[in-house]
Amino acid sequence: MSLDEFPSGPQTDTLMKGDRVATPMYEDPALFDAEMEKIFGKCWVWVGHESEVPGKGNFKLSWVGTQPVIISRDRKGDLHVLVNRCRHRAATVCEIKKGKTSSFQCPYHGWGYGLDGSLRAIPYTEGYSTDFDKANYGLKKLKVETFEGMIFASFNMDVEPLEEFLGNAKPWIKLFMKQGGGFPIKVLGEHQFKVPMNWKIQLENTTDAYHFPIVHKSFMQSLDGEATAQFSFLDNGDGWVEDLGNGHSVMVMMPELNDLDEGLDRPIPERFQDLAETLRKDYDEDQVKRIVRAVGGCGFNLNLFPNAACSLSFFRILRPVSVAETEIRHMALGMDGGPEAANQMRMRLHEHFQGPMGFGSPDDAEVWERVQRGSAGGADIDVMVNRGLGLEDTSENGLPKGDVSAETGMRAAYKMWKKVMEQ
Amino acid sequence: MKDLPVKGEVTLQDVTEFLWHEADLLDRRDYDTWLALWAEGGFYVIPVDKESEDFANLLNIAYDNATMREMRVRRFQQGFSISSAPPADSVRTVSRFVIEEQDSDTVRVRAAQHVVEDKFGRQRTFAANVTWVLQVTDEGLMIRDKIVRLLNSDGMLTSISYLF
Repeated sequence: MSLDEFPSGPQTDTLMKGDRVATPMYEDPALFDAEMEKIFGKCWVWVGHESEVPGKGNFKLSWVGTQPVIISRDRKGDLHVLVNRCRHRAATVCEIKKGKTSSFQCPYHGWGYGLDGSLRAIPYTEGYSTDFDKANYGLKKLKVETFEGMIFASFNMDVEPLEEFLGNAKPWIKLFMKQGGGFPIKVLGEHQFKVPMNWKIQLENTTDAYHFPIVHKSFMQSLDGEATAQFSFLDNGDGWVEDLGNGHSVMVMMPELNDLDEGLDRPIPERFQDLAETLRKDYDEDQVKRIVRAVGGCGFNLNLFPNAACSLSFFRILRPVSVAETEIRHMALGMDGGPEAANQMRMRLHEHFQGPMGFGSPDDAEVWERVQRGSAGGADIDVMVNRGLGLEDTSENGLPKGDVSAETGMRAAYKMWKKVMEQ
Repeated sequence: MKDLPVKGEVTLQDVTEFLWHEADLLDRRDYDTWLALWAEGGFYVIPVDKESEDFANLLNIAYDNATMREMRVRRFQQGFSISSAPPADSVRTVSRFVIEEQDSDTVRVRAAQHVVEDKFGRQRTFAANVTWVLQVTDEGLMIRDKIVRLLNSDGMLTSISYLF
């Protein structure tokens, strides 16, 4: 199937109906192709974090939708996002996941590219006529901008400025980065797993508090009483979820952990007492409290359309592979130059819930797969995202705000989906 | 009664019998018996980085001391985890055993492991190089450390609802 089958673009009104979405949203391969062109081919897409390419000559492989890209930092320190495809006959020019280099060389005929993507050298140039200009054959470049260390890229050179696109999400990103505890945020490692599901099932889930006590009951049972109380946000009643515009949303589960620079005079939770004791050898009590509070992470999930989330204490990145396959990365974050004991605890907490063998993620993966399997039936039945409708307030930004379990964030994402797909 | 492994002279036969027993317990999900195979103080590790030994300072897929192993098993058994109630069925083979070194108290063994899992009518496979540090005790061999290095540990995995 091809885009030609949507004579005037996808029939977005019949797919996204405000309080529900139609089943082809998870099932239609032609719609997936249209999404890759209109969403991942045009919007800002999260590709990486600056700590993954910290110095000159550092590079990291990533993706924009289904397209392989290289993030590189040139000798001047400037970031580039380049399509990983030789301009000659299309071979990838790099298959090393991460490293340091001075150039990228195609293994097929030896074309060499600089860190900025420019074509530097071609073996046996005498085989090309004099009107062949190397300046026209650099690696295809994407537009690149960063915010608070997060690197975004877009295939659309006329895309709005990144900060305009992030809009109301910006203050929440700044709050999220406070979990460096005074140190810069650094990616410590990542879990990667794929799930046979449409990418939007993952997009929905990051803003779904409703599932937490059901799907993650076994995780809850492995916590101490204090932590269990904290994760019982559906019962606590003081959380909320709000539409931030442009498809972004924030789901606040533990409001007391929104700003990690506040509430430093609160007692240190039992599960962090050993860590605090270790830190006291090298840090004064104010720093100990700040670091310990940062180790516990934030109390909210910030969903950034279309592929990233700042989720409690980690980055959750999705990558659409095909209509019914999505790759997920859970990137653990820590304190660059911070205390070893604090970073160890960050990683142990991450391992506890996240990744292919965490106490949480496998149960998420199971229900996401079940959504995909179930949506093979009843093509005429819609997927409901109406929870909280009629009960919402208006946020300071003039946008819908619901209780923590409302599906307000999903509606926000689908509103943006519709807008972008109609452009 | 079967002869117990002799300290300092543990044979390939001894470790093979013990590790096949462990593999059988895991495929049958007899996790309580499996927990009892462990000596104190060791770790069950599935690293992301296959090259490093500095597990504490790196992110792992699993990095379990005795408490975490016990909690992991309880999570599987209590029936509240949708991914493990029911879990995927697994069939594994462990082979290519090599005794790397031994002293009077411990034996270090490496082996190849293949696991095929089945759920929802689809099958997935995992291959791993596994290293055990076994403790030689008066009651026989026990596991002190087990390190499972999946071939694609730093690649795109799938969720796992059982133990390697």
